[in-house]
Amino acid sequence: MVKPGDGYKDIPKGGLILEVGNAKSYKTGGWRTERPILDKEECINCHLCWAFCPDSSVLSEDGDVKAEIDYDHCKGCGICAYECPVNAIEMEKE
Amino acid sequence: MSNQVALTGNEVMAQAMRQINPDVVAAYPITPQTAMVQVFSQFVADGNVDTEYVTVESEHSAMSATVGASAAGSRAMTATAANGLALMWEILYIASGTRLPIVMPVVNRALSGPINIHCDHSDAMGARDAGWIQFFAENAQEAYDNAIQAVRISEHEDVRLPSMVNLDGFIISHAVENLEILADDEVEEFVGEYHADNYLLNSESPIAVGPLDLQDFYFEHKMQQSVAVENVKDVVLKVAEEYKGISGREYGLFEEYKLDDAEIAVVALGSTTGTAKAAVDNLREQGVKAGLLKIRLYRPFPAQEIADALKDLKAVAILDRAETFSTTGGPVFADVKAALYDIKADVEATNYIYGLGGRDIKVGEIESVFTDLQQVVETGNVEQTINYLGVRE
Repeated sequence: MVKPGDGYKDIPKGGLILEVGNAKSYKTGGWRTERPILDKEECINCHLCWAFCPDSSVLSEDGDVKAEIDYDHCKGCGICAYECPVNAIEMEKE
Repeated sequence: MSNQVALTGNEVMAQAMRQINPDVVAAYPITPQTAMVQVFSQFVADGNVDTEYVTVESEHSAMSATVGASAAGSRAMTATAANGLALMWEILYIASGTRLPIVMPVVNRALSGPINIHCDHSDAMGARDAGWIQFFAENAQEAYDNAIQAVRISEHEDVRLPSMVNLDGFIISHAVENLEILADDEVEEFVGEYHADNYLLNSESPIAVGPLDLQDFYFEHKMQQSVAVENVKDVVLKVAEEYKGISGREYGLFEEYKLDDAEIAVVALGSTTGTAKAAVDNLREQGVKAGLLKIRLYRPFPAQEIADALKDLKAVAILDRAETFSTTGGPVFADVKAALYDIKADVEATNYIYGLGGRDIKVGEIESVFTDLQQVVETGNVEQTINYLGVRE
């Protein structure tokens, strides 16, 4: 698989991606200027943030929003904070 | 077993496409290319080829569908001219950047405006830096031969780049020429089957094509293209050698016509090189040591080889059928002059922009260019570096 820093001799021609499902290993969280912070006390577990997140970066397990954000892929768009009906998510500057 | 035929350039290019028998052709008609894809679509309708013909609503879509077909793993072709090529612009770069070996005849025609449908090279020259291989032809025979060789060159593992096979609008595309086409089975064997390294329809090994490629890798992929174009010259010569074996016709990166002992010469490409040969012959009869260098492979530009072929001349005139509006002359002039500079050649070089919008160029006009060159040699002085040949004041 292509690794960060690989040279032109070692990567597939034409920008092809030869392994399926590898978008996860390309960490894009560095694009973020603001990070969402979820307040578990306020959260009513409605999953709106989880549904709206365009990067699938709000993590849910066994029906519970785990109060965890995948910061390796969250780009800080703030949709989760905007959609949250109980204002349980705040955006903080990085 | 070759066949002697009398066909127009468009008809013989349609024959080349039939013999190549691509898996997919997506094309949109535009003068002066129309007859080529019309004749080819008849071959499809008659079941003479296995090609899936995609009728599209524009050249942007034609090139997009061809890119998709090629990425899927098929041998894909299209053809266009002038404004059609301009409409493909965005996708030209995607084809070359994605390393898809598409072969596309381009019937050279002036770009509008004002609206004009006749021959010049403003279409192909505008696309000269799009990462495509570009061949130019003196006549329909060469255009046909270039098309068949282009398949092998584009698909070569060291290249994997698309090719434009240029032929002059009307002058070549619509004039009937007596020429030889190869037997169908010879072409079938020569082009062989195309096997993409990685392709979208390979369910055993799924891939992604055309992903986002940002600051961290785009440059590396462009570098790969730069390496690939460096490989093109050798592959062109190898394929030409093999093609000579089945056709008896010789091809190189360019043709040197009476250039060996020449003191003055012109450099040109396209159908005008035939006219220039007549001018050279006339001057030779008068004892003038005149010659011609006819460029066949224009992109990548064989700079070193062309400079070596021109370095012993006293003066050379470069003919351009396109204007760059840079005030520094035509595109071929810029390339040739840079090549001469690189080897520190002591050759006076002048530029003649001619034939825009299909303006006829006559043997006498090219002879007048040689007369100008004689003047340069005699006086050691270039009065006018960039000249416009055949335009009214």
